[in-house]
Amino acid sequence: MEKLQYLFAAYAAIWVILFAYIMRLQSRAKELGEELERLGADLSSTTPPSADA
Amino acid sequence: MKNISTASKILSALVFVSMLVALGAVFLYAPMEKVMGDTQRIFYFHVPAAISAFICFFLVFLGSVQYLRTRETRWDRLALCSAELGVMFGLIVLVTGPLWAKPIWGVYWRWEPRLTSMLITFTIYVAYLMIRTHGTRSGQAPRLAAVLGIVAFANVPLVYYSVDLWAAEQQLHPPRNVGLAPEMRYTLWICFAAYALLLVQLLLRRLDLARVEEAVERLRQRRDELADY
Repeated sequence: MEKLQYLFAAYAAIWVILFAYIMRLQSRAKELGEELERLGADLSSTTPPSADA
Repeated sequence: MKNISTASKILSALVFVSMLVALGAVFLYAPMEKVMGDTQRIFYFHVPAAISAFICFFLVFLGSVQYLRTRETRWDRLALCSAELGVMFGLIVLVTGPLWAKPIWGVYWRWEPRLTSMLITFTIYVAYLMIRTHGTRSGQAPRLAAVLGIVAFANVPLVYYSVDLWAAEQQLHPPRNVGLAPEMRYTLWICFAAYALLLVQLLLRRLDLARVEEAVERLRQRRDELADY
């Protein structure tokens, strides 16, 4: 059971990297969702009048 | 849509369970290696991470070739998402490698063939991502990145065969195909399976996100056109 700190550090690093990447994906998905809502609102307010109007 | 969501949930559950099984096999089933002791258990997650990175780099190569041939966005998307995942798995390799090396070789890092070639490969794919990040609005960026994605893949066999290509006295890594005890071999295969599921799950999620990014970009352009109008 010698030098276990290296084993612990390696597995901790793996999970930290994986979770950091998954959190980054989540945060990007949230940002994009918000931007989609904003763009939807902008587009509905700037839609040019149709030819019938 | 409901089917996709259900499939995604099933895949997530499979990834979770397979990772638990892999950890159980690494720490409870695999025997302790006689020379390296418990530190050798890093091997079971280090090697599958390296193979996962290589698979991702192959997907970058495939996506890049197909994008240059067809100019279809889906191939460019595959290359970009795979490069990101390849860098993430490569980072795991480059962090866990030195943590395994220190207690065994006495140093965190040596400029030996496999370590050096892996670091160079990793750096090239980071450069690929930088081209994509800082050139998203330029029409040249996907084409330039595709060329780099093809050229960069030449490094992957170099990393894999580096233990054979350079003289033995320059090597710290063991030769390929080292004989393993059956329990160690089964554990390694379980870890490969867990990483394969993780790779598929993360790639599918990243591809979904890339599709949304492209839709947002199209909407932004539409809004700007309407504003000019």
